[in-house]
Amino acid sequence: MKEPFHSEKPPHSPGRIQEPLLKELSEPGRRAFVLPSLDVPQRKLEELLPAPLIRWEPAALPELSERDLVKHFMRLAHLNFSGETNFYPLGSCTMKYNPKVHEEIAAMPGFAKLHPYMLEEGAQGILALLYELEQLFREILGMDAVTLQPAAGAQGELTALLMAAAFHEAKGKPRRKVVVPDSAHGTNPASAALGGFEVVEVKSNSRGRVSLSALAQAIDEDVAVFMMTNPNTLGLFEEEVLEVAALVHEKGALMYLDGANMNALLGLLRPGDMGFDMVHVNIHKTFSIPHGSGGPGGGPVGVKAALKPFLPGPVVIQKDELYRQESPGPLSIGRVRSFGGNVGAMVRAYAYIRALGAEGLRRVSEGAILNANYLKALLKDVYPMAVDEPCMHEFIATAKELKAKYGVKAMDIAKRLLDHGYYAPTICFPLIVEEALMVEPSETESRQALEGFAEALKRIEQEARENPVRVQSAPHRMPVSRLDEVQAAREPNLRW
Amino acid sequence: MDFVPITPRDREIMLQTIGVPSFEALIDGIPEVIPRADLRVPRPLSEPELLRLCGDLAAKNRVLDPEACFLGAGAYSHWIPASVRYITSRGEFLTAYTPYQAEASQGTLQAMYEFQSLLCELTGMEVANASLYEGASALAEAILLALRETGRSRVAMAHTVHPEYRQTVKTYLKQSQVRIMDLPVRNGVTDLKTAGTEVDSKTAAVVVQMPNAFGCLEPVEELSELAHRLGALLIVVVNPVSLGILRSPGSYGADVVVGEGQPLGNELAYGGPYLGLFACRQALVRKVPGRIVGMTRDAHGRRGFTLTLQTREQHIRRAKATSNICTNEAMMAMAAAVYLGALGKEGFRELALHNLQKAHYLFDQLVKIPGVRALFPAPFFNEFAVEMPIDPERVNRNLLAAGFLGGFPLKKWDRQWKDGWLLCATEIHGRAALDRFVLAVQKAL
Repeated sequence: MKEPFHSEKPPHSPGRIQEPLLKELSEPGRRAFVLPSLDVPQRKLEELLPAPLIRWEPAALPELSERDLVKHFMRLAHLNFSGETNFYPLGSCTMKYNPKVHEEIAAMPGFAKLHPYMLEEGAQGILALLYELEQLFREILGMDAVTLQPAAGAQGELTALLMAAAFHEAKGKPRRKVVVPDSAHGTNPASAALGGFEVVEVKSNSRGRVSLSALAQAIDEDVAVFMMTNPNTLGLFEEEVLEVAALVHEKGALMYLDGANMNALLGLLRPGDMGFDMVHVNIHKTFSIPHGSGGPGGGPVGVKAALKPFLPGPVVIQKDELYRQESPGPLSIGRVRSFGGNVGAMVRAYAYIRALGAEGLRRVSEGAILNANYLKALLKDVYPMAVDEPCMHEFIATAKELKAKYGVKAMDIAKRLLDHGYYAPTICFPLIVEEALMVEPSETESRQALEGFAEALKRIEQEARENPVRVQSAPHRMPVSRLDEVQAAREPNLRW
Repeated sequence: MDFVPITPRDREIMLQTIGVPSFEALIDGIPEVIPRADLRVPRPLSEPELLRLCGDLAAKNRVLDPEACFLGAGAYSHWIPASVRYITSRGEFLTAYTPYQAEASQGTLQAMYEFQSLLCELTGMEVANASLYEGASALAEAILLALRETGRSRVAMAHTVHPEYRQTVKTYLKQSQVRIMDLPVRNGVTDLKTAGTEVDSKTAAVVVQMPNAFGCLEPVEELSELAHRLGALLIVVVNPVSLGILRSPGSYGADVVVGEGQPLGNELAYGGPYLGLFACRQALVRKVPGRIVGMTRDAHGRRGFTLTLQTREQHIRRAKATSNICTNEAMMAMAAAVYLGALGKEGFRELALHNLQKAHYLFDQLVKIPGVRALFPAPFFNEFAVEMPIDPERVNRNLLAAGFLGGFPLKKWDRQWKDGWLLCATEIHGRAALDRFVLAVQKAL
C-alpha cells in the first residue's frame, strides 16, 4: 500500500532532525533581552540583603541570542500538530476552531495590562464584562447564579462538590458519598475524593446509559451528589435524565452535570431544565478558548438558587450604575484560588457568546451533532460502533475486532492516523468500551475535512488486515517513532 | 457571526448519507418534556461590531503607563520581551491540546521539559511539574502532598503568607480533619519563638512565603531547621524573580517550592490566567500533582519526550489520584520558558538586581516624606510596606486622579495595619518615574 501523503504537515517542518535543548544551544555571553541601564544609585548588595540570603552564583539559565531563541521555539512549534494546522478529533475535548479576533480582544491593553487590585473605579469595563458574562452563563445554563472563579473544569467540579458538602452541612445532615457512573471522566471521582467524599461507582446499562435500577440501589440518604455527564462520555443522550433527577432528589441528594460535553447542548437544551442543580462548563472546550497545549482553561460553575449562598467569592455586583466586587456571605466555601479567575479566558468566552448570539449558539450544537453523525455514518460499515444509535456531538468506534483478528489495537490506529496528518481520537476511554476510539469532530470542521478523515481511517483498517505490522509499528512519518513510555516511567528523566 | 461551515447543501448531503429526513430526527430521543432552549441572548455581532463592543469595555478600564504603577501584592508588572508574545501566540502551541499523542506533540513536550528544567535551576529543586493553575492552589496541592507523605494531620502556616493563599488552602482542606496552625507575625516576619512552640511532631509541613506577603525576607534557615528537626516538610512559596538574587529554597532545605509564575513573562490580565509553579525533591516525585514530561527514546533509539508517571493522575487512578487537576496552564509555562531563555543567566540576575535597587531607592525617597515611615524593619526584595499619615485608600484615589496606581492598602488584609501601604518597584521604573511618583505621593497627602 502506498504511503499516505502528508497533506497537513507544514512544508518547512524539520522532520526527523532533532532540535537541541535550550541548554545545548547556550553560549556564554549571549543575550536575547537587555534591560535599560540601572539609573538609580547602586548600593552594595550586603547593605540591602542579609549576606546568608544572597545568591552569589546565578542560576544556570541558558544564554542565547534572540535569533537563536526564536529559531529554537519555532522549530519546536513545527513538531506539533495543533487545532489550527490539523484535524483534531480528540473526543471529549471539543477541539473547535479558536477565532483570531478573540486573541486581539484579550490583548487589548485595557484587559491585558489591568492589575487585579486595580481600584474599582478604574476597572468598570472588566467588571461590567464579568457581570454580564455571569448573566449570559446563567441564561445559557438555566441556572440562578454563576461563579467564574474556577481555573479549569476539574477545579469547577471541586468547587461545586465543596458547595454541596456545605449545603448538606447547613441542613444539619452532612453526607459522605458521591455517586458517579462507570463511564465518568477521571476528574469526577478524583474531585469527589479531594472534596472529602467516598466515591461510589454505578454500572451503565447495555445501551451505555445510567442504569436506573443500579442507581436506585446506590442512592441513599448518605449520598450528597450524583455526578452525571450528559450527553455521556459515549456521546449518547441520557434519555432518562428526568427520572434520574427524580430518584436523586427524592433522597435529598443533588444533581451535578459535568459540562464537558456542553457543546452538544448549547442553545438547544439547558442543564437547569433537565433537573440539574449544579453544572460546570469548560470554556476551553465549549466556548472556544484555545487549549494552549494543555491550558489555560476556565471552569465556571452555575447553581440553582438554593446553592447560591455557598458560592465562592468575591462576587461582582451592580449597584447605583457601578460595578463592585463584594465579599461573599457567611455560608460561602471561600475562595478556590487567588484573584478573580482566569479573566483573560473569560474575555474570550464573552466575545464568543456575543459574536454568536442565540442563533449562533444553537448552530454550534446542531453543527456538532450533524458532523458527528455524518462522520459516524461514513465509518460505521468499517468500524463497529460501541452503541449504534444516533449520537450527539461525539461517538465511539471500537477496534475490538481488529485487535482480535489482526492484533491491531486502538492505540496503533491512533498512531497510524498521525502519519496521515490527523491527530488521534481519544483512545481507551471511556473505560467501559474495549479498544475505544472516541471521535469528536466539532462543528467547525467542513464536510470535506470529515470525508478526508474517514478515508484515512478506512485505509488504516485495510492496512490492518493486509499488513498489520505496519500499523502496529506506527507512526513512521513523524519526527519520532513510537516512544518508550515504560522506560520514561521506570527511570524518570524529568530535567536536564 | 458563527464559525460553522455547514451550508444548506452540505446539510442535505449529510442528512441523506446518515439516512434521516431532518436534523430533528437525530435528536428525537430527547424527551419532549425537556423544554427546548429559547435563549435570551443579545443578537449576533460581526467582527467589527464585536471589536467596537469589547474595545469600549476595555476603554472603561484605566490603562496607565507601566512606569506609573506601583501595585504588586501577588501580581507584578515586568517588561515582557516581544519574543515571548510571539512564541506564545503561535497557533502550533496555542491551539494544541494536552500532548496525549506524544509523537505529534514533540514541540510542546520538549518546551515543557525545558520549563521543568529551568524551574529546577531557579528553585534548586530536583524535579518540577509542567504547571498548576496559579500560586494559591499550587500551595494547597503542596500541602496535600505533605499530608500524604507524612501521614500527619496538622499544617503550620506563616501568617505572612498571602491572605488569598491562606484562604484557598482553607477551602481545599475544609472537608478534611486537618488543623491549620497560624504562625504569628512579629515585625513583618514569622515569629520564631511562637513557631517553636506551634510546630510539633504532628506537623506535616511548615509553610513560609519568601519574600512574604509584606515583601519582607523571612528567617527561612531557622524555619527549615525547625521543620526538619520535627520531621515536617518545608514548603516555600516564592516570587520567582527574587531567585535571581536570593538563595534558592533548595539550598536551605525546602522540600517543596511553589509560587506564582505570572512575573515570568505573563500579563497581569486582571488576575489570570497565571502560572502555578510546583517543584520538589526527587523522593517526592511519585506524589506530585499534575502533568510531568519526561525524556525517553523512540523505537529507533532517538531522543524524544512524553507525558510520564501518569499513574499518579486522575484519568488513570481516578479516586486515588494525587490530584484532580487535568487542564493546567501550559501556555503560561511556555511563556516562562521563553522568558527565562530570553533573559538568560546574566540577564536574570540583572533583572533581580534592578528590582532590588529600584525598590530600595523608592523606599529611601518615600520615607523622607514627613509622616511616612517604614512599617517593618525587615529586609526586603522588590516590595515593602510603609505606614502612611492618612488613609492609604484616600491616597490611592488621589493618585489615580493624577495618573498613578498606588500601593495596596494593607487594612484590606488585616485591620491591625490600618495605615499600611504595600508598594513595589521593578525593573520597569526609571529613576525619573520613581521621583515623579514620590512627588505625587507628597501632593496626595
